[in-house]
Amino acid sequence: MAEPQVSLHDDQPLLVADHLGKNYGRLTACRDVSFALYPGEVLAIVGESGSGKSTLLQLLSAQLAPSAGRVSYRMRDGVLRDLAALGEAERRFLFRTDWGFVHQDPAQGLRMAVSAGANVGERLMAVGWNHYGRIRDTASSWLERVEIDTARIDDAPRTYSGGMRQRLQIARNLVTEPRLVFMDEPTGGLDVSVQARLLDLMRNLVSELGLAAIVVTHDLAVARLLSHRVMVMKGGRVIETGLTDQVLDDPREPYTQLLVSSILPA
Amino acid sequence: MNAPAYNFAYLDEQTKRMIRRAILKAIAIPGYQVPFASREMPMPYGWGTGGVQVTAAILGPADVLKVIDQGSDDTTNAISIRKFFGKTAGVATTTSTADATVIQTRHRIPEAPLHAGQVLVYQVPIPEPLRFLEPRETETRRMHALGEYGLMHVKLYEDIARFGHIATSYAYPVKVNARYVMDPSPTPKFDNPKMDNCPALQLFGAGREKRIYAIPPHTEVVSLDFEDHPFTRYRFDAPCALCGAGDSYLDEIVTDDKGGRMFVCSDTDYCGSRQSAGHRGSESAAPHKERAHG
Repeated sequence: MAEPQVSLHDDQPLLVADHLGKNYGRLTACRDVSFALYPGEVLAIVGESGSGKSTLLQLLSAQLAPSAGRVSYRMRDGVLRDLAALGEAERRFLFRTDWGFVHQDPAQGLRMAVSAGANVGERLMAVGWNHYGRIRDTASSWLERVEIDTARIDDAPRTYSGGMRQRLQIARNLVTEPRLVFMDEPTGGLDVSVQARLLDLMRNLVSELGLAAIVVTHDLAVARLLSHRVMVMKGGRVIETGLTDQVLDDPREPYTQLLVSSILPA
Repeated sequence: MNAPAYNFAYLDEQTKRMIRRAILKAIAIPGYQVPFASREMPMPYGWGTGGVQVTAAILGPADVLKVIDQGSDDTTNAISIRKFFGKTAGVATTTSTADATVIQTRHRIPEAPLHAGQVLVYQVPIPEPLRFLEPRETETRRMHALGEYGLMHVKLYEDIARFGHIATSYAYPVKVNARYVMDPSPTPKFDNPKMDNCPALQLFGAGREKRIYAIPPHTEVVSLDFEDHPFTRYRFDAPCALCGAGDSYLDEIVTDDKGGRMFVCSDTDYCGSRQSAGHRGSESAAPHKERAHG
């Protein structure tokens, strides 16, 4: 759908979570989470394994239905809509146009057997692009932007290194110019120098494109580098939230203090 | 064979009703794959069990049946299916495209134009056009339901990226009635344009995968492509060595181990009738030896 992009007022939230909760039987994975995300804002959700971060991300991206509360999203026409009220077709359309989802394991987010060019082009073809030359040009310009040698456009991602795969996954997600990107441990499993390069790239892209992003990570360095705001989760609850430097430099909750103090000194 | 032990056309009437219901639904939703309770047939999967069940369900005593395999009336598969219905239904059989009312085919659409009242039954090995890119059936069905067909173009994109042109030469995906993307079974893409606005009814049966789909008469069938890489037919650039036809789909036949080869029509009925009308190719023998046998 090629609707003209309505200029959004930055004072209106893009995504609103309202008393979100998720139970698996008697087990509470996540409860009473409320926040608003504004256009261009990067929010990090930090916490240890099992704290409910990934469940929350799935709730926010409408991959899981919440047991309580709701998530609303401001569509491109400026109307705030409840995600649960969207039809499946609309939700899937949103997912491959206005949203991006970067998985920890690139194999989940990429088609490993088809070429890098087709991986980037898939979303374009899904929204009706029907000109091979233009699809290919767009794909190669995106490969350049994520620092992948365009000579490798016809290679399948299974021949790529871990860092390249992750960059390719980012290009694949950003090609339709989404307004919101979800990232689940985007630097997990990469070695430190590759992580640094990836973080640098993501930070540039996010600020260039004015993306809003929700980044789930257990790595506080990732949160510090990428995000404006941080939410700390423990046992399915948000225990502390605030500006990134404020939370990380002057943590209030004992658990956050523990988390911050457990970073190995550089 | 103890003929009375079999119902007309082998399948029992309840099974035929079930298959006919699936066929009616398939006709009502052109290109949509309707699941059906495929039966064991007295032949292995891959030999046309889907097509045979569809044929058995629609065959009546007055029908005239033609069976082709890669365009040929005289290969093992074609002969045994023709004999099968000759025995179990006692229907008349023919090799003539124009005389047949039901034509069961594997991999070809006859060269002679089909006319209203005819039914073309395809044997289909893999009915799902998205299968090789998306292995999950739940996901492909959802993609069909929501009309998400970007993935089909990914396959064509890959072809161009790898070979410089759309190299898919058979099972070339089509969009039926501007809605469902369909696999036309492994027919060569040369035959794709014949499906469009065809006056005959086209039925597709996949026995192992338990799916039936259909193209009703005079339905729009469009081969998918890119604006800058449009769909093209493919044909060996040669006339038929037996009948000299310059417009038919050709088989390449290796004639010795020194690189010798000849091209002949894959449609034996078309080739035979052209020869009996006096057309000759470079390799024609005496006309009395070349008569098609029926």
